[in-house]
Amino acid sequence: MGNNIKTPLRIVCLFTACAFIVHGISRGEALVVLNKAVNICLECIGLG
Amino acid sequence: MNFQIKRKLLQMIAFGCSNAHLLNFKGGRLYTGKWKQFCNPGLNCYSCPAAGFACPIGALQAVNGSRQFSFSFYVTGLLLAFGVLLGRAVCGWLCPFGLIQELIHKIPSPKRKLKKGFLYVKYVVLVVFVLILPVAVTDYMGMGKPAFCQYICPAGTLEGGLSLLLAHESLRKAVGTLFSLKMAILVLTLCGCVFFYRFFCRTLCPLGAIYGLFNKISFIHLEVDSHKCVGCGKCKAVCGMEVDPVQTPNAAECIRCGACVDVCPTGAVCLTCRTKSSHTRPI
Repeated sequence: MGNNIKTPLRIVCLFTACAFIVHGISRGEALVVLNKAVNICLECIGLG
Repeated sequence: MNFQIKRKLLQMIAFGCSNAHLLNFKGGRLYTGKWKQFCNPGLNCYSCPAAGFACPIGALQAVNGSRQFSFSFYVTGLLLAFGVLLGRAVCGWLCPFGLIQELIHKIPSPKRKLKKGFLYVKYVVLVVFVLILPVAVTDYMGMGKPAFCQYICPAGTLEGGLSLLLAHESLRKAVGTLFSLKMAILVLTLCGCVFFYRFFCRTLCPLGAIYGLFNKISFIHLEVDSHKCVGCGKCKAVCGMEVDPVQTPNAAECIRCGACVDVCPTGAVCLTCRTKSSHTRPI
């Protein structure tokens, strides 16, 4: 893959990442993550 | 200071930052602060009492399998950002479970090479257990279960499972077949790590599979100066991930550990975040 393709691809990916993060937070996904992470996940420890 | 010393230092710092709440081990409690809505770049179980951040693979399954959402823009965006910026340098420099595997590999034993076919298993694990099952298999309330965490993840068994079972008698009473299966996977993984360098990373880790896809475009990458390279093969011989940096400097398996940079006698191999001269070898 040439550098003339890589650089714009990196920038597009970074902008997409930022847009995804902002959109995800705005619709409350971070709270779902927080709620899962602060409680003992029985599946994660092999009991669920 | 060579790359290996710098990397070990950063790995230890990353391990400490990811698991800063050590006092929680005493009561078997989890950290419940707001930082846990952010994902750790590496694999680190959020049910570990010391964990300060969420596990990205656990978080991805939790949101995808939730009643409200079937696709997580938030976690996908974070993984995309980590992937484009760092690629698999996350595995080599920041992943807590990667450090554990490297320390286990130091146990004296005959070291083996991994057959290439095993490298593709992690992509199957990613697609089936992380992306499909949490969305496709739901309960009566429409909620999916984190299949990778439930059936495979040895990091969860080691960091979360064992420490919480030691602290809570009520959890010990609930141990059954599923925990036995996960313990068997953990023991197999740890034994595999004794003989094979980063056995879990290379065969089963869905996070490694995701970051590997970004190695060809990530800002941090390897460059090989074909004018300086004398073809001695030392870089290929020293690579624990069994990559040939001269032929495929940005292969999906390269974790950017920098061992090839340290060993190169002419300084032809370089770990950089800038695209350098035109006589570097193309991917």
